[in-house]
Amino acid sequence: MSASVLPVATGLLAPARAWLALALLALCFTAQAQPAGNPAPLQFNDAAEETRFRALAAELRCVLCQNQSLADSHAQIAQDMRREVLELMRQGRSDAQIKQFLVDRYGEFVLYRPLLERHTLLLWFGPAGVLLVGAAVVWRIVRRRAAGAAHDNAGTGAASEGEQEW
Amino acid sequence: MTDPHHQAPRKPQGLPAIAVAMGALFFAGLVGLMLYGVVRSGDADRDVLPSALIGKPAPDFVLPLLHYPSVEVGAAQLRGAPYVLNVWGSWCVECRVEHPVLTAFAQTKRVRVVGYNWKDEPEDALRWLERYGNPFFVVLADKEGRYALDWGVAGAPETFLVDGSGIVRWKHTGPLTEQVVQERLLPALEQVEQAR
Amino acid sequence: MLPELGQVLLALAFLVSLLQSVLPLAGAQRGNAAWMAVARPAAYAQLLLMSGAFALLTWAFVAQDFSVKYVADNSNTLLPVIYRYSAVWGAHEGSLLLWALVLALWSAAVALLSRTLPQVVVARVLGVLGLVAVGIIAFMVFTSNPFARLLPAPLEGRDLNPLLQDPGLIFHPPLLYVGYVGFSVPFAFAMAALLEGRIDARWLRWTRPWTNVAWAFLTLGIGLGSWWAYYELGWGGWWFWDPVENAIFMPWLVGAALIHSQAVTEKRGSFAGWTLLLAIATFSLSLLGTFLVRSGVLTSVHAFAADPSRGMFILVFLAAAVGASLLLYVRRAGHLEPGAGFQPASRETLLLLNNLLLASACAMVLLGTLYPLLADALGLGKISVGPPYFGLLFFVLMVPLVALVPFGPLVRWQRDQPSKVMALLLPWLGLAIALGVLAWFLAPQGKWKSALGVAGAAWVAGGTLYFAWKRLRNSGRLTAEMWGMTLAHLGVAVFVVGVLLEGAQSLDHEVALKAGQSVQLGQYEFVFQGVDQQQGPNYLADRGHVQVLRHGRELALLHPEKRAYASGGQVMTEAGILPGLTGDVYVAMGEPLGDGAWAVAVHIKRFVRWIWAGALLMALGGLVTAADRRFRRPPQEKPA
Repeated sequence: MSASVLPVATGLLAPARAWLALALLALCFTAQAQPAGNPAPLQFNDAAEETRFRALAAELRCVLCQNQSLADSHAQIAQDMRREVLELMRQGRSDAQIKQFLVDRYGEFVLYRPLLERHTLLLWFGPAGVLLVGAAVVWRIVRRRAAGAAHDNAGTGAASEGEQEW
Repeated sequence: MTDPHHQAPRKPQGLPAIAVAMGALFFAGLVGLMLYGVVRSGDADRDVLPSALIGKPAPDFVLPLLHYPSVEVGAAQLRGAPYVLNVWGSWCVECRVEHPVLTAFAQTKRVRVVGYNWKDEPEDALRWLERYGNPFFVVLADKEGRYALDWGVAGAPETFLVDGSGIVRWKHTGPLTEQVVQERLLPALEQVEQAR
Repeated sequence: MLPELGQVLLALAFLVSLLQSVLPLAGAQRGNAAWMAVARPAAYAQLLLMSGAFALLTWAFVAQDFSVKYVADNSNTLLPVIYRYSAVWGAHEGSLLLWALVLALWSAAVALLSRTLPQVVVARVLGVLGLVAVGIIAFMVFTSNPFARLLPAPLEGRDLNPLLQDPGLIFHPPLLYVGYVGFSVPFAFAMAALLEGRIDARWLRWTRPWTNVAWAFLTLGIGLGSWWAYYELGWGGWWFWDPVENAIFMPWLVGAALIHSQAVTEKRGSFAGWTLLLAIATFSLSLLGTFLVRSGVLTSVHAFAADPSRGMFILVFLAAAVGASLLLYVRRAGHLEPGAGFQPASRETLLLLNNLLLASACAMVLLGTLYPLLADALGLGKISVGPPYFGLLFFVLMVPLVALVPFGPLVRWQRDQPSKVMALLLPWLGLAIALGVLAWFLAPQGKWKSALGVAGAAWVAGGTLYFAWKRLRNSGRLTAEMWGMTLAHLGVAVFVVGVLLEGAQSLDHEVALKAGQSVQLGQYEFVFQGVDQQQGPNYLADRGHVQVLRHGRELALLHPEKRAYASGGQVMTEAGILPGLTGDVYVAMGEPLGDGAWAVAVHIKRFVRWIWAGALLMALGGLVTAADRRFRRPPQEKPA
């Protein structure tokens, strides 16, 4: 691949594995080029529209950058997408419809909040599963130890305040 | 301090077998996944976003031609035979890199190669084509980028293969290389031609 | 010549680490005192060699020896002197050397401060640390040599990544490393305990301060990273749930669980098995984090294909280290003496729940971070898992945790009466709810989030301060351990209120401005006074001037910048920030829009500093706890 695309990229990406990942938090590097765009900030009709837009854009992913939301990215395609999202909002589409619009064109990758579908069941319910299994284990431990405690501590019931080592 | 009787003679047992089994399974799975990740990390297009349009109709665009701005061409007019759509711009350095490969491919006249000039000033685009050569059958000019989102374009260059009925069959993100043309584009094209 | 000496030192360090691991471990198995005695001097020798190698690499940077490839890749003649020092750990090879140096420091510290421990224990602990060193140094020597030459030497280097040319990034990696590499010490102790076949309360008394210190430094490192991202990346975010961040957050979560579990095992003899498992898990997650960040497994856009051979090496090391330790655990842990029994209403139960929630949070972060890779492997397509997922689930898991925190210190070991404790805390619950309701009414926006944040924080702070007050009143003093706990839990409260209020109350706006134009946000007015150019040592900056007014009175003149670095043309955004106790005023410049107009982003980040203040308090708490005299008492034999 030509090193002339992004001389910056060449200089930065060659060695910096660990810091690369950190660095790319901020920057949008790509093997493709981006056109010069219109970086003028979007104008909102009112505060409510701006709030809704920001919330929505935070849930969408810039399709080009390493890991940036649509709200934060400066890439040209992100700017275009933001305009499109605002346009769709003004056309009266709901958040879900706007998300579907983008998913139809870019795939699920564009959603930072994964869909709740069969292939993401493990993702959404896995942690709850872990918690439940863990809670069951804790329950078992507590029950077992409680039996042990009843067996052991027939005498220490009335230990008074402050006697116990902290 | 502590109850001298509290060390009841309890026989320590081994870890519960199911916990060990689940732990081993989890560990093996994690290592396996990491192995997959490492092996794939050497793959140049590991992170390329696959097109969401594969198997779906191409966007219904209507765009003016770069060379004849008063003439508009729509998706419908391109139907009937497959075509390759190449997204490019004069500002795009990688497009320069893939240009010889694209030109060589276009010269085989196997399929129409349609240029999609994205977000470019017409004068710059025309000058670019004059300077480096024009491999395209026609060049559509999308100065505002109106349809790029519909095509799922993220950057340039990108190349699509659309079949005769207007269904998107293949997409490549990034510059075309000889290898990509031989190993990916041509087989896809063959499949499209056979299916007609 | 000097770089070659550096390579020699690394090779020697490799040999020494082999000696440090093989002989003492074998000696401990066989009871061979001479072999065991090799451990300490080997650890010191390793520190010497590592320091030497590190010094040589530093010298190569300071002297700008571009014949060393790593130096050529990460600095150039324009790089300011101070960053020549931090560039040493600016990229993969050098940061690995730092990793190894930090490990050598921890090992030497263990060697130095372990006089009261039996030789067998010391031999095993240092031996295990030696094994870790073998792996890391081998990784360096065989795949990532920082001293590799680039001949003929270029006249000019590339540059240190401009993002790293910042004071915050000087300290961020060393702090992180001291933290998560430091978890190798409790890990080594766990291995020693398993090899010995028993766990001794005095060993835990010995291990605990090390764990606390490591965790405290990790907290500082993460907090610093968050603060750095906030002021450096230009849009005022302080946490992104990025894979690299998650990789470091997981050992933090499990490390926090480890700290609590060690306390139980040390004081009550219970949960020895869990403590050992957590020690293994914490360090395994440290290694996993090291792997994830360096192997190229998780980057999502790259211009070059990553080098799979490096990733493979570290994966093998990771799998071997974790696999072996888990195997040992499975064989031995089941035969440890369980501790005393306890009733459901007891501190033991609360700490079990605490650890369950922390571990579940860690599992959630792991799942979310790896899920895109898993989906890719299973052919389920390209999926993104981002802040909406992590933020939501983390919040859900932390709510019960925050609810339980005040109970922990007040509930007795083994058995207590829940009604009694509840009665003690009820007034604080009432206060928390009242404050929450007040916050709900006062909040101009984000009412529920604000109310939850204030109530949760007041609950934790109230309960914790009540504990401290009650102790002081009853026994007149708090041990360092209690002070540490108080500080750390207060830190949790401060952190909670900071996070939730920042999320609920912050304001953002982006607008196009020309010189002389102004914009209003909240109570503040921002007057844009134009941009001029300034030459930095290795960059050219467009320096903006933004006057910040409130009620017509000028508060500050901020200077957001856009810097173009000479080396690669990369453009960095430097925000202009007016820090404040109740919120920062934050201004960043976007793109020039032609005609003298600029896109200017203004933010009011309410209570954002509380987030890092909370982290600071937590770290302080960890350090204060480690200073407790109980850890330096001559230990009585108390087999678990």
